[in-house]
Amino acid sequence: MDKSPQRLAAVDSAQAGRGVGRGVTYVYEAPVRLWHWVNAAAILVLGVTGYLIGTGTPAMPGEASGNLLFGYIRFAHFSAGYVLSVGFLLRIYWALMGNSHAMQIFCVPLWRRCFWREVYHEIRWYAFVAVEPERHVGHNRLAQLAIFFMFTQTMTFMVVTGFALYGQGAGDDSWQYALFGWAFAIWPNSQDVHTWHHLGLWVIVTFAVVHIYVVIREDIMSRRSISSIISGERELRD
Amino acid sequence: MGEATDTFYGVIRRQGITRRSFHKFCSLTAASFGLGPLAASTIANALETKPRVPVIWLHGLECTCCSESFIRSAHPLIKDALLSMISLDYDDTIMAAAGYQAEAILEETRARYKGKYVLAVEGNPPLNEAGMFCIDGGKPFVEKLRSMAEESMAIIAWGTCASWGCVQAAKPNPTGATPIDQVITNKPIIKVPGCPPIAEVMTGLVTFITTFGKLPELDRQGRPKMFYSERIHDKCYRRSHFDAGQFVEEWDDECARKGYCLYKMGCKGPTTYNACSAVRWNGGVSFPIQSGHGCLSCSEDGFWDKGSFYDRLTTIRQFGIEKNADQIGMAAAGAVGLTVAAHAAVTAVKRLTDKAHRAAHKSKPN
Repeated sequence: MDKSPQRLAAVDSAQAGRGVGRGVTYVYEAPVRLWHWVNAAAILVLGVTGYLIGTGTPAMPGEASGNLLFGYIRFAHFSAGYVLSVGFLLRIYWALMGNSHAMQIFCVPLWRRCFWREVYHEIRWYAFVAVEPERHVGHNRLAQLAIFFMFTQTMTFMVVTGFALYGQGAGDDSWQYALFGWAFAIWPNSQDVHTWHHLGLWVIVTFAVVHIYVVIREDIMSRRSISSIISGERELRD
Repeated sequence: MGEATDTFYGVIRRQGITRRSFHKFCSLTAASFGLGPLAASTIANALETKPRVPVIWLHGLECTCCSESFIRSAHPLIKDALLSMISLDYDDTIMAAAGYQAEAILEETRARYKGKYVLAVEGNPPLNEAGMFCIDGGKPFVEKLRSMAEESMAIIAWGTCASWGCVQAAKPNPTGATPIDQVITNKPIIKVPGCPPIAEVMTGLVTFITTFGKLPELDRQGRPKMFYSERIHDKCYRRSHFDAGQFVEEWDDECARKGYCLYKMGCKGPTTYNACSAVRWNGGVSFPIQSGHGCLSCSEDGFWDKGSFYDRLTTIRQFGIEKNADQIGMAAAGAVGLTVAAHAAVTAVKRLTDKAHRAAHKSKPN
């Protein structure tokens, strides 16, 4: 899934030597890239196990004492949930400590006129109207908008509702319930929290479909996307 | 109705119950609360010295299933609860007095036990049309509720009606039926949800209040923690089948016969806070899951409006169609997937034509 830390470090140390001369910019720092892939893996696990938890598995034969299939699925879901949550916290920390691109997914300048002009241009580009894409170093503005509203917000929502539901099982004297139990003040019947948590899964799935498609398309059209979340560099060609 | 100084013990002895039986009762009650061995004597002492707490039991929009459940309590027996423990001064369904005589008791209690009586409310008041959908003693029930709540010590909201609204508050709620805590906001309210609540939960709560003279610890939603701090799922005897991944698929399949988990049949145990799986019903005989049917979540907020009883996800009506989260999500993801595929196709075509165009353009000057 991910490159080894040593190699990431090696890539990082090499940054100083890379010039701006050939149109290469260092965009995604090592912590952002590491988070991206760990997060992607966690989402994959959470999505699959979450769907299974929601729908149930085919009956296992034999004694109940001899099986723990659902228990393992739930364990995988909860573990991946912890990994994702801790990663998300570190990512927020890095948004404050890292370069300006690290902040992109948390802060969208909706109040700037030029932001909306660039969004408009990007829409025209994807609608095959514009001939040239916006030449961006980090995320393009349309992507930033989608990431913020479909990913960042949903992720926060999933962490909160996820821990609230986990708190139900852990008991109302657990820290999970103390910290996230307020979700049940909004939806007193936790069935609704389950329902929203399910909808959140589908928002993430939808986002992932679009994200992966757009990234591959961009890589083919301008050869500058996928490589940048691996190496951190983005090359602006032609 | 009785002297103010009347104690429980006095009443109990008058009914011919021996001191020995009295202590047995105290031990049993202490054990059912899960209290230590010394608590039995504390309870005995309280019952011997404390005056009985007057209880006024009002009925609003309801079906009387709470009363039906209450009178079937086995631990303590309802006769003990009703005739010895509390001074049930008013309950129009089961009291002997009627008409003006009955209504006079309300005024009497209100004046004589100011701030000392417990108001138990079964059902809820409808607020539309100035409360005309529920007339009780010639007046809208909401007025009676407000006036009796004013001087009460605390209010017990019996059942899902009084706690959440229940069936009469289900959409579209034509009468404007409203849970008690949204009508009375200045008194402590104990919610005892369930349709009906478990008999032993009801009498257990009454015993607690009369014994200790205070309200039990309540959870975030105002329910007594001792009965509503865990879900049906947490104490379910079929939980091992849930963890093992052994589920009933059809009502009459092999797995149903083996008593597997009813999760896939829409059992709401994992989202329902109640004591059914611990206390059970009818003197501990059974509870719905033990009888082979999933939990309906009757003690949770708005359980009539959450879609099918056999589906674990809430029905979403905002889209004009009745779908659950998975169906909507899958449709959305599918639509986006198709859009992406179409977009990819257009991109490919455009790229090919552009290339051909560019190649033609390049070859010209040569």
